[in-house]
Amino acid sequence: MAENVKPRVKVPSKAAAGEVVTLKTLISHPMESGQRKDKDGNLIPRSIINRFTCEFNGVSVVDVTLEPAISTNPYIEFDAKVDASGEFKFTWYDDDGSVYEDAKPIEVA
Amino acid sequence: MKFSRREALGLALGGVAVTMLPVPALAAATEDAIAAFTGGAAAGTGGITLTAPEIAENGNTVPVSVDAPGAVAIMLLAAGNPTPAVCTFNFGPAAGSQMASTRIRLSKTQDVIAVAKMADGSFVQASSTVKVTIGGCGG
Repeated sequence: MAENVKPRVKVPSKAAAGEVVTLKTLISHPMESGQRKDKDGNLIPRSIINRFTCEFNGVSVVDVTLEPAISTNPYIEFDAKVDASGEFKFTWYDDDGSVYEDAKPIEVA
Repeated sequence: MKFSRREALGLALGGVAVTMLPVPALAAATEDAIAAFTGGAAAGTGGITLTAPEIAENGNTVPVSVDAPGAVAIMLLAAGNPTPAVCTFNFGPAAGSQMASTRIRLSKTQDVIAVAKMADGSFVQASSTVKVTIGGCGG
Protein backbone atom coordinates (compact mmCIF):
# COMPACT_ATOMS: atom_id res chain seq x y z
CA MET A 1 0.00 0.00 0.00
CA ALA A 2 1.33 3.34 -1.00
CA GLU A 3 1.72 5.65 1.96
CA ASN A 4 0.42 9.15 2.54
CA VAL A 5 -2.07 8.96 -0.28
CA LYS A 6 -4.12 12.12 -0.08
CA PRO A 7 -6.70 13.08 -2.67
CA ARG A 8 -7.28 16.76 -3.34
CA VAL A 9 -10.13 18.08 -5.43
CA LYS A 10 -11.14 21.53 -6.51
CA VAL A 11 -14.82 22.02 -7.29
CA PRO A 12 -16.60 25.40 -7.43
CA SER A 13 -19.13 25.67 -4.59
CA LYS A 14 -21.83 27.29 -6.73
CA ALA A 15 -22.86 27.15 -10.37
CA ALA A 16 -25.72 28.21 -12.61
CA ALA A 17 -28.01 25.49 -13.98
CA GLY A 18 -26.54 23.95 -17.12
CA GLU A 19 -23.16 25.56 -16.50
CA VAL A 20 -19.97 23.76 -17.47
CA VAL A 21 -17.56 23.73 -14.55
CA THR A 22 -13.90 22.73 -14.54
CA LEU A 23 -12.84 20.18 -11.95
CA LYS A 24 -9.24 19.74 -10.89
CA THR A 25 -8.06 16.65 -9.07
CA LEU A 26 -4.72 15.65 -7.67
CA ILE A 27 -3.77 12.68 -5.55
CA SER A 28 -0.41 12.26 -3.86
CA HIS A 29 0.92 8.91 -4.99
CA PRO A 30 4.43 7.77 -6.02
CA MET A 31 3.18 6.12 -9.28
CA GLU A 32 6.14 3.73 -9.32
CA SER A 33 6.46 2.91 -13.02
CA GLY A 34 8.11 -0.51 -12.77
CA GLN A 35 10.97 0.77 -14.96
CA ARG A 36 13.18 2.16 -12.23
CA LYS A 37 15.90 0.27 -10.38
CA ASP A 38 17.00 0.65 -6.78
CA LYS A 39 20.66 1.19 -5.85
CA ASP A 40 21.34 -2.56 -5.94
CA GLY A 41 20.08 -2.82 -9.50
CA ASN A 42 16.83 -4.58 -8.64
CA LEU A 43 13.73 -3.51 -10.46
CA ILE A 44 11.27 -1.65 -8.23
CA PRO A 45 7.87 -3.27 -8.80
CA ARG A 46 5.13 -1.27 -10.46
CA SER A 47 2.69 0.42 -8.08
CA ILE A 48 0.38 2.93 -9.67
CA ILE A 49 -3.18 4.16 -9.67
CA ASN A 50 -4.63 2.45 -12.70
CA ARG A 51 -8.11 3.97 -12.87
CA PHE A 52 -9.84 7.19 -11.90
CA THR A 53 -13.55 7.88 -12.14
CA CYS A 54 -15.75 10.86 -11.44
CA GLU A 55 -19.51 10.70 -11.08
CA PHE A 56 -22.08 13.44 -10.61
CA ASN A 57 -25.25 12.23 -8.84
CA GLY A 58 -24.43 8.72 -10.04
CA VAL A 59 -23.91 9.73 -13.69
CA SER A 60 -20.44 9.20 -15.10
CA VAL A 61 -18.47 12.33 -15.93
CA VAL A 62 -15.18 10.74 -16.84
CA ASP A 63 -13.52 7.35 -16.48
CA VAL A 64 -9.77 7.43 -17.00
CA THR A 65 -7.43 4.49 -17.46
CA LEU A 66 -3.96 5.40 -16.23
CA GLU A 67 -0.70 3.76 -17.29
CA PRO A 68 2.79 4.02 -15.79
CA ALA A 69 3.50 7.00 -18.06
CA ILE A 70 1.38 9.24 -15.82
CA SER A 71 3.48 11.44 -13.55
CA THR A 72 3.91 11.12 -9.80
CA ASN A 73 0.94 12.68 -7.97
CA PRO A 74 -1.45 12.25 -10.90
CA TYR A 75 -3.24 15.45 -11.81
CA ILE A 76 -6.36 15.34 -13.93
CA GLU A 77 -8.45 18.28 -15.07
CA PHE A 78 -11.76 17.98 -16.90
CA ASP A 79 -15.16 19.62 -17.36
CA ALA A 80 -18.57 18.64 -16.08
CA LYS A 81 -22.02 19.94 -16.88
CA VAL A 82 -24.14 20.75 -13.85
CA ASP A 83 -27.93 20.72 -14.23
CA ALA A 84 -28.94 20.48 -10.57
CA SER A 85 -27.42 20.61 -7.11
CA GLY A 86 -25.65 17.45 -6.18
CA GLU A 87 -22.44 15.78 -5.31
CA PHE A 88 -19.34 14.88 -7.29
CA LYS A 89 -17.84 11.56 -6.29
CA PHE A 90 -14.21 10.90 -7.13
CA THR A 91 -12.67 7.44 -6.96
CA TRP A 92 -9.08 6.32 -7.50
CA TYR A 93 -8.17 2.63 -7.87
CA ASP A 94 -4.70 1.51 -6.79
CA ASP A 95 -2.78 -1.45 -8.26
CA ASP A 96 -2.74 -3.02 -4.77
CA GLY A 97 -6.54 -3.03 -4.59
CA SER A 98 -6.91 0.05 -2.41
CA VAL A 99 -9.64 2.48 -3.35
CA TYR A 100 -9.39 6.15 -2.45
CA GLU A 101 -12.51 8.29 -2.45
CA ASP A 102 -13.47 11.90 -2.14
CA ALA A 103 -16.73 13.78 -2.60
CA LYS A 104 -17.59 17.43 -3.08
CA PRO A 105 -21.04 19.01 -3.17
CA ILE A 106 -22.07 21.72 -5.61
CA GLU A 107 -25.03 24.07 -5.30
CA VAL A 108 -27.02 25.27 -8.27
CA ALA A 109 -28.46 28.73 -7.72
CA MET B 1 42.68 -8.31 -41.79
CA LYS B 2 42.10 -6.34 -44.93
CA PHE B 3 38.87 -5.20 -46.49
CA SER B 4 38.34 -4.49 -50.12
CA ARG B 5 36.36 -1.36 -50.84
CA ARG B 6 33.29 -3.46 -51.70
CA GLU B 7 33.43 -5.41 -48.42
CA ALA B 8 33.95 -2.26 -46.37
CA LEU B 9 30.91 -0.66 -47.97
CA GLY B 10 28.83 -3.76 -47.30
CA LEU B 11 29.87 -3.78 -43.64
CA ALA B 12 29.02 -0.10 -43.25
CA LEU B 13 25.56 -0.63 -44.75
CA GLY B 14 24.99 -3.61 -42.48
CA GLY B 15 25.91 -1.47 -39.48
CA VAL B 16 23.42 1.18 -40.50
CA ALA B 17 20.68 -1.43 -40.92
CA VAL B 18 21.35 -2.85 -37.44
CA THR B 19 21.27 0.55 -35.71
CA MET B 20 17.99 1.40 -37.44
CA LEU B 21 16.26 -1.78 -36.25
CA PRO B 22 14.95 -0.61 -32.85
CA VAL B 23 13.04 2.31 -34.38
CA PRO B 24 10.53 0.25 -36.43
CA ALA B 25 10.09 -2.07 -33.43
CA LEU B 26 8.99 0.86 -31.24
CA ALA B 27 6.75 2.27 -33.95
CA ALA B 28 5.10 -1.14 -34.25
CA ALA B 29 4.18 -1.12 -30.54
CA THR B 30 2.56 2.29 -30.98
CA GLU B 31 0.70 1.19 -34.11
CA ASP B 32 -0.51 -1.93 -32.30
CA ALA B 33 -1.84 0.21 -29.46
CA ILE B 34 -3.64 2.50 -31.91
CA ALA B 35 -5.04 -0.48 -33.83
CA ALA B 36 -6.30 -2.04 -30.57
CA PHE B 37 -8.10 1.21 -29.79
CA THR B 38 -9.58 1.84 -33.24
CA GLY B 39 -10.20 -1.78 -34.13
CA GLY B 40 -8.09 -1.33 -37.25
CA ALA B 41 -10.07 1.62 -38.63
CA ALA B 42 -8.02 4.41 -40.17
CA ALA B 43 -7.88 7.61 -38.12
CA GLY B 44 -8.54 10.92 -39.85
CA THR B 45 -7.28 14.33 -38.85
CA GLY B 46 -8.96 17.51 -37.62
CA GLY B 47 -11.46 17.95 -34.83
CA ILE B 48 -8.90 17.15 -32.18
CA THR B 49 -6.44 19.49 -30.50
CA LEU B 50 -3.45 18.23 -28.58
CA THR B 51 -1.60 20.83 -26.54
CA ALA B 52 1.88 19.89 -25.37
CA PRO B 53 5.00 21.99 -24.75
CA GLU B 54 7.56 22.20 -27.54
CA ILE B 55 10.40 21.72 -25.08
CA ALA B 56 10.01 19.94 -21.74
CA GLU B 57 12.96 20.44 -19.40
CA ASN B 58 11.84 17.69 -17.07
CA GLY B 59 10.45 14.56 -18.68
CA ASN B 60 8.92 13.51 -15.35
CA THR B 61 6.05 15.97 -15.53
CA VAL B 62 5.04 17.15 -18.96
CA PRO B 63 1.69 18.93 -18.96
CA VAL B 64 -0.52 17.92 -21.88
CA SER B 65 -4.12 18.66 -22.66
CA VAL B 66 -6.37 17.28 -25.31
CA ASP B 67 -9.64 18.60 -26.63
CA ALA B 68 -11.89 16.74 -29.07
CA PRO B 69 -15.47 18.04 -29.20
CA GLY B 70 -17.88 15.18 -29.75
CA ALA B 71 -15.50 12.44 -28.68
CA VAL B 72 -16.55 9.57 -26.46
CA ALA B 73 -13.01 8.46 -25.64
CA ILE B 74 -9.51 9.84 -26.12
CA MET B 75 -6.34 7.78 -25.88
CA LEU B 76 -2.92 9.34 -25.31
CA LEU B 77 0.27 7.64 -26.48
CA ALA B 78 3.95 8.43 -26.16
CA ALA B 79 5.67 6.75 -29.10
CA GLY B 80 9.17 6.77 -27.59
CA ASN B 81 8.39 5.45 -24.10
CA PRO B 82 9.20 1.85 -23.05
CA THR B 83 5.44 1.24 -23.14
CA PRO B 84 3.60 3.66 -25.45
CA ALA B 85 0.24 3.76 -23.65
CA VAL B 86 -0.23 6.81 -21.42
CA CYS B 87 -3.89 7.01 -20.53
CA THR B 88 -7.42 6.77 -21.90
CA PHE B 89 -10.21 9.18 -21.06
CA ASN B 90 -13.76 7.87 -21.40
CA PHE B 91 -16.32 10.67 -21.24
CA GLY B 92 -19.69 10.02 -19.62
CA PRO B 93 -23.04 11.74 -20.12
CA ALA B 94 -22.30 14.33 -17.40
CA ALA B 95 -19.09 15.53 -19.04
CA GLY B 96 -19.20 19.24 -19.81
CA SER B 97 -16.79 19.08 -22.72
CA GLN B 98 -14.49 16.49 -24.20
CA MET B 99 -11.41 18.18 -22.80
CA ALA B 100 -8.91 16.83 -20.30
CA SER B 101 -5.48 17.78 -18.99
CA THR B 102 -2.94 15.75 -17.14
CA ARG B 103 0.80 15.43 -16.58
CA ILE B 104 2.77 12.65 -18.20
CA ARG B 105 6.24 11.10 -18.20
CA LEU B 106 8.37 11.11 -21.35
CA SER B 107 11.60 9.12 -21.48
CA LYS B 108 13.16 11.11 -24.34
CA THR B 109 12.40 13.48 -27.19
CA GLN B 110 9.46 11.96 -29.02
CA ASP B 111 5.99 12.33 -30.52
CA VAL B 112 2.95 12.43 -28.28
CA ILE B 113 -0.11 11.08 -30.07
CA ALA B 114 -3.78 11.53 -29.22
CA VAL B 115 -6.48 9.39 -30.84
CA ALA B 116 -10.13 10.22 -30.29
CA LYS B 117 -13.12 8.01 -30.85
CA MET B 118 -16.03 10.10 -32.05
CA ALA B 119 -19.69 9.51 -31.21
CA ASP B 120 -20.34 8.29 -34.79
CA GLY B 121 -17.63 5.64 -34.48
CA SER B 122 -14.99 7.39 -36.56
CA PHE B 123 -11.51 8.15 -35.27
CA VAL B 124 -9.31 11.22 -35.46
CA GLN B 125 -5.72 11.61 -34.46
CA ALA B 126 -3.26 14.40 -33.69
CA SER B 127 0.38 14.37 -32.69
CA SER B 128 2.91 16.77 -31.30
CA THR B 129 6.67 16.49 -30.94
CA VAL B 130 8.07 17.25 -27.50
CA LYS B 131 11.79 17.82 -26.95
CA VAL B 132 12.82 16.38 -23.59
CA THR B 133 15.97 17.64 -21.84
CA ILE B 134 15.99 15.18 -18.92
CA GLY B 135 14.18 11.88 -19.42
CA GLY B 136 11.53 10.80 -16.96
CA CYS B 137 11.78 7.04 -16.62
CA GLY B 138 14.57 6.72 -14.06
CA GLY B 139 17.56 4.51 -14.65
